[in-house]
Amino acid sequence: MTPLLEVAGLSKHFVTRRGWLRPPHTVRAVEDVSFAIAPGETFALVGESGSGKSTTGRCVLRLTEPTSGAVRFDGEDVLAFPPKRLRAARRDMQMVFQDPYTSLNPRMRAGAIVAEPLEIHRVGSSASRRDRVAELLALVGLDAAHMSRYPHEFSGGQRQRLGLARALALEPKFLVADEPVSALDVSIQAQVINLLMDLQARLGLTYLFIAHDLRLVRHIATRVGVMHQGRLVEVGPTAELFERPAHPYTQQLLASIPSLDPDARRRAS
Amino acid sequence: MSDLLLSVEGLTTEFHLPGFRFTAVDDVSFAVRRGETLGLVGESGSGKSVTAFSLIQLVAPPGRVTAGRVLFGDRDLLALSDAELCRVRGAEIGVVFQEPMAALNPIMRIGAHIVEALEVHGLARGAEARARAIDLLRAVRLSDPERQVDSYPHELSGGMRQRAMLAIALACGPPLLIADEPTTALDVTVQAAMLELLRSLQRESGLGLLLITHDFGVIAEMADRVAVMYAGRIVEQGPVRDVLQSPAHPYTRGLLESMPGGTPGQRLRAIDGTVPSPDARPEGCAFAPRCREARPGCSTVRPREVLLTESRRVTCHLYTGDVPAAADGQAEARA
Repeated sequence: MTPLLEVAGLSKHFVTRRGWLRPPHTVRAVEDVSFAIAPGETFALVGESGSGKSTTGRCVLRLTEPTSGAVRFDGEDVLAFPPKRLRAARRDMQMVFQDPYTSLNPRMRAGAIVAEPLEIHRVGSSASRRDRVAELLALVGLDAAHMSRYPHEFSGGQRQRLGLARALALEPKFLVADEPVSALDVSIQAQVINLLMDLQARLGLTYLFIAHDLRLVRHIATRVGVMHQGRLVEVGPTAELFERPAHPYTQQLLASIPSLDPDARRRAS
Repeated sequence: MSDLLLSVEGLTTEFHLPGFRFTAVDDVSFAVRRGETLGLVGESGSGKSVTAFSLIQLVAPPGRVTAGRVLFGDRDLLALSDAELCRVRGAEIGVVFQEPMAALNPIMRIGAHIVEALEVHGLARGAEARARAIDLLRAVRLSDPERQVDSYPHELSGGMRQRAMLAIALACGPPLLIADEPTTALDVTVQAAMLELLRSLQRESGLGLLLITHDFGVIAEMADRVAVMYAGRIVEQGPVRDVLQSPAHPYTRGLLESMPGGTPGQRLRAIDGTVPSPDARPEGCAFAPRCREARPGCSTVRPREVLLTESRRVTCHLYTGDVPAAADGQAEARA
């Protein structure tokens, strides 16, 4: 199958200036990363903080401009899109952010937050937009009667549903979800993960799922890429990667997951 | 000699706000023995951190401990004067917080934090204190302790900072350490090293550990016994193996079932609803509105703690016998 998203040799370098007498310092946040995601797949990028997984996700959507490399979506070169074409392309590729507290405008009502993408892309009349917002809220399990509430009136899990409704407003094919449940409590995480899996099945979505929770990744990803210090050190189908990690860093990462079985506790030698 | 280090009985902490007051810690009882790790686990807002702060009287107004006893050795910490408490904190009970950057003084060198603790408690001063600081940093496996003793907190990585926090907490050789989410801000590989460090320190010194976390993985790795908190109450406690392998309280069961780990791709068994806000807790069991096994009386009758075995307690009407199961007709009417 032809991939929906193809990333080749992607790099992002940040140049930091440490005062004007010292030479600028280059941080290689993402270095020569390549992977492809097939339609309907959930591809997870895992790694520790600072490994470059979030930057990779942002580069794919051009929320951060990559330094070099290629990103092809549906066969087209995303990095070559002029601004107008890029904006149109964003209808098909959307993002769900980690923190449901900072990624929603506190002064906008829930209905307006979900309607905003529709307004920006001039989809439908204002009446049909209102219907669509109600439909979207229902889709993510929120009550349409909550349309006039402000973000602070929702719990963390509900806010993440709201962020998801906004991301789905334009019927995208592809969603970058950057740590979508890591700010949520365990009992709420499961609700949002179920929702993400349901939506994928119903709408045929493709996910780039960025996470550090390896147990969660094992549960929902079809394939996994492991990032370490800006590089993609290993890519493989989830079951295979978890059972036979090849790269020493992947092995170390997997060995660090605390087991839920007290009898399997690591004893010091 | 009893090996009981800390015994908490009926601890209750309330917050009095204009027009409303809520009970953050509600009649909580547990014990920590020498060399033992008690894991206190719960979701955000369950009251686990307020419990820890209450033990050493660090709850700030409008919060106030309103009932209970905290027996540490032969003293009740709740009855001590401020001066006496200051001698206990740090010297006999060490504390490690979740966010080391917020707990360390940004303009004090790492060594100065440790020296301060030693001097305040009259254990060492000057060059001797500095030498002990270096030894402590070595004991928590901080690389190059002779150099790091003069580092400022911002010069260290998150994992190194947390080790420095631990060195400060252990400076006076306390028999009890309270660790509030000590590894939550750390990456998994750094977390694994930190947990291993805590375990080896415990083996060497018989340190009692009250470990507060939301992560059952950390509990399974570390704890000898576990207490599960929900909405201010301990709903279940017992040996870690028993609780994790055969959870008695529907909340514990729900939490464990909602964690990914079964067949990949399958729906997770989520707990419906959300934690009730403090002003909207039901009179009876706070978990009743989300409970799959709730009975008609659960949200109105407050459950008491029941002893399942000598070492296991649970606070749930499935075991109290105070609330009858719905008769068949009633169950259908509810469904």
